[in-house]
Parts: sequence; C-alpha cells; structure tokens
Amino acid sequence: MARIPLKVNGKTQVVDAEPDMPLLYALRNDLRLNGPKFGCGMAQCGACTVIMDGNAIRSCVTPVSSAQNRSVTTLEGLGSTKKLHKIQQAFVDEQALQCGYCINGMIMSTKALLDKTPKPTDTHIKQALAGNLCRCGTHTRILRAVKRASGQLA
Amino acid sequence: MKSMELTRRQFLKGTGALVVSFNFFPSSSVLAQSMVVPRTDADPAQLDSWLAIAPDGTVTVFSGKVDLGTGVETALAQIVAEELDVPFRQIHMIGLDTAKAIDQGITAGSRTIERGGPQLRQAAAAARQELLKLAAAKLKSTPEKLVVKDGVVSVAGDPKKNVTYAQLIGGKQFNVRLNVTDSGWNMKVAPEVRAKDVKDYRVVGTSQKRVELPSKLTGEFVYAHDVRIPGMLHGRVIRPPTIASNPAGIDESTVKSIPGIIKVVQEGSFVGVVCTTEWAAIKAAKALKVTWSKPATKMPANSEEVFTYLKNTKSLRDQVTVNRGNPDAALGQASKTYEAAYRWPFQLHGMMGPSCAVADVGKDQATIYTGTQGSFETRKAVAELLGLPDKNVRVFWREASGSYGRMGADDVAEDAALLSRAVGKPVRVQWMRDDEHAWEPKGPAQLDLLRAGVNAQGKIIAWDFADRGFPLTAASGRGLRLLASRQIGMKPTADGNSNGTQGGGEMYTFENQKCAAPLIPWVQADETPLRTGYLRAPGDIGRCFASESFIDEIAADQHADPIQFRLRYLGSNQRGIDALTAVAKEAKWQERPSPAASSSEAKVTGRGVAISNRAGTICGAVAEVEVDKATGKVAVKRFLLSHDCGLIINPDGLKNQIEGNIIQGVSRALMEEVKFDSTGIKTLDWSTYPVIRFPEVPVIEIVLINRPEMPALGGGEPSSAPIAAAIANAVFDAVGVRLREAPFTPERVLVAMQKKA
Repeated sequence: MARIPLKVNGKTQVVDAEPDMPLLYALRNDLRLNGPKFGCGMAQCGACTVIMDGNAIRSCVTPVSSAQNRSVTTLEGLGSTKKLHKIQQAFVDEQALQCGYCINGMIMSTKALLDKTPKPTDTHIKQALAGNLCRCGTHTRILRAVKRASGQLA
Repeated sequence: MKSMELTRRQFLKGTGALVVSFNFFPSSSVLAQSMVVPRTDADPAQLDSWLAIAPDGTVTVFSGKVDLGTGVETALAQIVAEELDVPFRQIHMIGLDTAKAIDQGITAGSRTIERGGPQLRQAAAAARQELLKLAAAKLKSTPEKLVVKDGVVSVAGDPKKNVTYAQLIGGKQFNVRLNVTDSGWNMKVAPEVRAKDVKDYRVVGTSQKRVELPSKLTGEFVYAHDVRIPGMLHGRVIRPPTIASNPAGIDESTVKSIPGIIKVVQEGSFVGVVCTTEWAAIKAAKALKVTWSKPATKMPANSEEVFTYLKNTKSLRDQVTVNRGNPDAALGQASKTYEAAYRWPFQLHGMMGPSCAVADVGKDQATIYTGTQGSFETRKAVAELLGLPDKNVRVFWREASGSYGRMGADDVAEDAALLSRAVGKPVRVQWMRDDEHAWEPKGPAQLDLLRAGVNAQGKIIAWDFADRGFPLTAASGRGLRLLASRQIGMKPTADGNSNGTQGGGEMYTFENQKCAAPLIPWVQADETPLRTGYLRAPGDIGRCFASESFIDEIAADQHADPIQFRLRYLGSNQRGIDALTAVAKEAKWQERPSPAASSSEAKVTGRGVAISNRAGTICGAVAEVEVDKATGKVAVKRFLLSHDCGLIINPDGLKNQIEGNIIQGVSRALMEEVKFDSTGIKTLDWSTYPVIRFPEVPVIEIVLINRPEMPALGGGEPSSAPIAAAIANAVFDAVGVRLREAPFTPERVLVAMQKKA
C-alpha cells in the first residue's frame, strides 16, 4: 500500500492504495465520487471517463499512481443539480439519456472536446464520442445535446 | 414527481400516519431491528397500500414497478397526477422496496404502461372518489357538484367554497378497501370506479421531462452500483469457462499475499472471493487458481450445430397461432411456390454496467440491494437459496444499468447473498465485463422456415411459417434456479419449458395460413454460458426478420412494389394499414418493385420496409441503406418508423424509447452475434462483440400515431421488431441479394453478392 495524493476537482486528498490500482476505484470507493462508472475495465466503453490535465482518459486502466501531481476532473467537478454546467443543462434540455450509465463518459468526453474545439462539426462530435458506447441508443439526442452545449443549436 | 431522496425526506417530514424506516441507506443494525417486526406484504385491496397524501399535499406512490432507464416512472406518475388532478411535480414515486410496495408483477415485456398503468390509475381514481366524498361532507355539497384542480376541491360555480386534498386527508390514512382480483400483471384494481374521460386529460399526453435526469447528469443519482452500506466488503465470483463444472482443486496460496483478502468461499461448484477492497477482490478473483473438472454437459461446437439441432429436433409443442384453410393443399395447387430459411443468432443484452448487488445476510434475515426487474422474484429466489421465509428477505430495488430483460434473471443478488452469508458481513458483488459477456442469459438463436405459394394472378394463396426457437429458462423466482443456486446443488423445480416466445404478431391474412412457433427443448443439466433469457422483444425480431423478408422476396419476384404488395394482405387490419401508409408518406416512398435499377457506383443505396405487431403495438419501418460493393459494408443512413401503441402517455419519452429501439436494432442487425465453441464463449468484450458507435448511427424520423380511443400499450420494445427486416429488405433493394442470416456483416454481404454474381 502507498499513500497517494490526488488532486481531484480542485481538492487534494490522500488515498491509501496499491499503486497499480486503477484510478477509477480510488475515485469511486475512496473519494466516493459516483460519477465515473465501471463498464468494462478495458478502456473499451468510456463509462469511467475523467479528465486528467485537459485530456479525457479512461480511469479504469489508469494506475492511481500515475495520477499523482496531475489535475483530475470528474463529473462532480462540472456542476450539481443546484447549478448545472452548460453541458449538463444541454443534456437535460435534449432529454439525452435513458438509463444514464454511460452518460458520465459522454459528458466528460464532450467537455474535453469543447474545451479544445468550441464549435465542433457533426463529424467532429461523432469522432470524439466514437469510443463511448451507449446501449440504450440515445446517440441522436446526445449529438443534439453536444451541439446545443456548443451554442450551435437554437 | 421529484427525485427519490427528496421523496423520502419530504415523505417522512410530511406524513405522520404512515410508516417506518425509510432511511435511504439504513445501517445493518437499523435493518436488523426492522426485521424483528413481523411483516405482511402490502395488501393491494387497501387504498393506503397504493398511495399516501402528506400534509403538504405531496402524493407518494408505492409503485410495484421499477424504472429500467426507460422513463416509465415519469409516465406512471403522469397517470396518477392526471387521475387525482394534482400537479405532476407533486407526485413522488418511491423506489421499490418489497417491504412496502405492491407486487404488480415483474417490470418487463413492455407491460408496465399497459398493465401497471391501469392499476395505478384505478387506485388513484378510487382515492379521488374518496376525497370527493370527504370534500362533499366538509363543503356541505355532493360529489357530483364538486370540481378538482391542482389538489383543490371546490364547489362548481362557487370556487370560494373549497378544501385541499391535504386538508382532507394529509398525513392520515384512507382506510378504504378496494375491489381487487387476480395478481401481478393480471391484477384488476377497483374496476367499478369510474376513471377520468380521456378527453379531459391534461397531464397524460404531454412530454413531461424526466425527473431523475439532472441527478444522473451530475453523479448525484445513486445507482445499484453506487450503494455502500457500513461494514461492506467486496466480492467477486470465479466461474468456470464452459459449464458449471466442479472445482477439482482450489489453490488458495495463489491469493494469500493479496492485501485485503478475507476469504475464499467454496460451496458446491460456487467459488468466490471476499476482500476488504474492490481492487483486492478483482485481483484475487483473477489470481485464484481453480482447476475445473470435466463438464457433464457439452456446449455446441459452433452456430451451425445449433441451427442443425433447431432444424432436426422434435418440438416440445408447436404453439400454433394462426391456422386457416389448408396451406399444404394450397401449396400443391399453387402456380409458383417459394421456400426459405432464416437464421437469427444468439445475442447479448450487453448491459453497459455489469450486474451488481449488495447483500447483507444475517442468521435469519437478509437484505438485498439490486437492479432487478422483479424485486419479488429476487426475494423468492434469494429466500429459497438461503432457506429463509420470503418475508425475512427484503429487497431494495435501486436503478441500475439499462437491462433490456437481463435483470429478470437476477444472478448477482444470489452471488452476493452466498458471499455475505459465508463471511457474515455485507458484501457487494459486481460482475466483471467478461463475466457478463460470458454468463448473462442470452437472447437465443432462432431458425425460421417459410413456405408460400401464389396463384396464376400472383396472389399468395398459401403461407406456412414455423419459427423454431428455444424456451427462455433463466429467470428469478420461478423455480428455475439461476447460476449460484445450481452451483450449490439446488435442483430446478420447474422445467422452464413453459417460458418461451409464443409466436404471434401476424399482420397479414392469407386464405390458407399456418403460423407456429415450435418450441425446441434446450436441455441443460447444468447451466452453460448459452443459457437463454428474455432479450428485448423476445423472438419477435427474428420472426419479423424472417416473415417480412419472405413477403418481400415474393413481392420482388412478382415485380410488385413492396408496400402495395403488403397492403393487399392487410385486409381489415386498419392499424397495420395506417402504420404502413404513415411511414411510406414520411419516407416519400416511390412506388416501384425491388431491387432498384443496378448502378455502376461503388456505393449503392436501397430502401426497405417492414411492419410488426408486438403485444398489440403496431410499427411501420423504412430503412434507407448504402452498401459498399467492394467491402460488403452496410451503412444505415436513415431510419423512419411509425408507431401506434394506442393512447400515448408521454410523447417525448416514447420517442426516446423508439429511437433507442432503432439504434439498438440497427446494432443487432448489422454486427451482433455471440460466438462460441465447445470450450466456451469467444466474444467476451466489446471488441469481439461490437455494438453500434456514433459514426454508424442513422438519421431517425418517427411518426407517432396517437389513439386516445384505445388503451395505452407498451413502447419499451415493440419497435425493435421490424428493424432488421427493413434493413435486409433495403440491402436487397440496393444490391439484389437476399440476406437470410443475421447479423449482416460485411463478410456475409460480400459472400451473398459473390454467390449472386
């Protein structure tokens, strides 16, 4: 076990963990952040996505030790039901989910995309979200929500 | 309707008369105390079992239905709000707790709105009737002279004479008995109470936004996967690769050094690990060396073997749904006959979040947190597993990943219960991705055999359709025994052969017509990874693929436009005609036979149509595809669907479901197939079992056909049925080859094109 300081959503906290433990379990079980979800553990589905130093990464395959001295943002770091982030608000406006298990990944991938490309084209968006799976089939609504969040939809 | 946490807090604050330990996450000790009190199940004949009105006017509904991510709780809340005449946002739906909810039957089969809706509506109507009686006494009037708006009762024409629901009953019990017959899906609640006239509806029929949605977007929503209770440990189960064979040897030294390991659990052929942390449990499950004995039951070597078995094995029963005239004789007299066989593969539900449950098992009681579709079924299964009376097991439902039928077989609750019993502490178990891909009960393969004959005028005079499929034998609480139960040696008390798709859903009338769904035994002394379960629109997708492709083949051979040809046989099926006509209009369908004129382009386009009837919901579908002639890759560019499920409760919620059915349906049609050999399942992740991704999603257009004069029917799965058929027909239109086996992979399309050339 090692004591690993993590800077998550602007706050530094220390977790006791095996260095090879994926960041996902530290976020969920040690820091009680339920936004990131376990979907596959193989970086195939995107449900565990968080933003580390500006990039959308798969926390299920990122060793917690490698997150030291980095800045991690989770879904909780964007907004709350009291004050939704504009991406979250766009998803509400478009009613862009069903079960919502994948939606953490959709929003975090969108955040990373819009931070770099504020006005993405449809093709951009589809490419940026191509690694995020949704089984309920809310893709068309998610696309509209991303367009809305980027101010490209009335 | 408000979110669940708010619901409970407000409910507690607002209500004196109604009951008990509503802690969102009661500690073990609180639960243990509450377990001491003998409980009886909620009595559906008591109005108070259905709903309660708090002093602040909020209405709490103890629905026995759960939300699988479809938004159905929002729709049910609309039904209650409508009938009671209270603002929609004042309705609180309580997450199902078997100690409080009424057993309205499993949430499945697109039956929640159809069956559960009227049950809640009638309970609400009975409550309204009682409230009017109370108000009449208070206002010195008669119920007939009273009007209700937003929970305020007033004398018609004299609005100053008024009283609120909260003033009448807030925090008190109704103590009204309802006339209730039958149970579960078939329960009839207060049928004699007159419900509101549909023409007066103001909430039903509107697109209310889903209430839980913001909290799902911020991480505040608590899924089954997010449940943590004090003292909780983490478990993982180690299953054999093929059949539930016995562990010949377990080498515990392989996990001894893993920090946090508590116990290696073995009971019969059930093997699991329990650890203090989730990561330790994952590592231990991976590291634990188990040598498995040779399995007693053999897995088929490949899908060919399955289809041969389906073809040659005597059916348990034929399930004839249509038997008109004499198809055999008519085939003998036909000018031309047609014959074809269609194949549908084993497919996965593929929940994004693998199965997860928390169990807290004590000496004579147990508490389970799970995303089951049937809380009372899970309760029964776990009670039998642990040898406890049903009432000593309490199941708290928590919404989980969308499950599409998978969580009617709540395997993981049993896993967690066994591990918790073994260590005497609460245990959370989440399946890993390969556990889920390997062992979820799959939507089984189907072999559909069709024959037809036309007369000299090209009219179909004979139609013989046999949809050969398997029973669906993985389900909780029906004596069938899921994985863990079987692994500890519990024998099934039911053979499961009564569970299957029953066929039906025929849209057309032919002079001589036989439709049957022969049920082929799928004998499994032990559970194999090819266990079968209910997968969204069970049986209907394969069946519709077969029959709607076959009629398309005949239409093409007769040089008829596929829509005009279908209309000839819809007879008096007006809803079928309407759905077909509506989607044709939306698609700006050009009348002509298929295939389209051949093109020298590298990528060619085609359009295809299909119609379906699942559980009374009628759909018309048009697919527009592009086929890459060099690679065989099929791209669905646009998909149009008309949908008639009777009265619509929430149009946008319904559209969301239909879009989901289309996208999941395209995925299942184009790329999904469980692959296996005699050593086990070979498609254990999302790369070997691909599902649709953003770039492959078509443009979607939906036409809702609202029928206020009809009862409300289901929308959760019926529109899955025609998707594959419409795509196959569109591929034929594009390249002139008939696809008779799903999925329509590039390889398969290429082979079909090469055969034709």
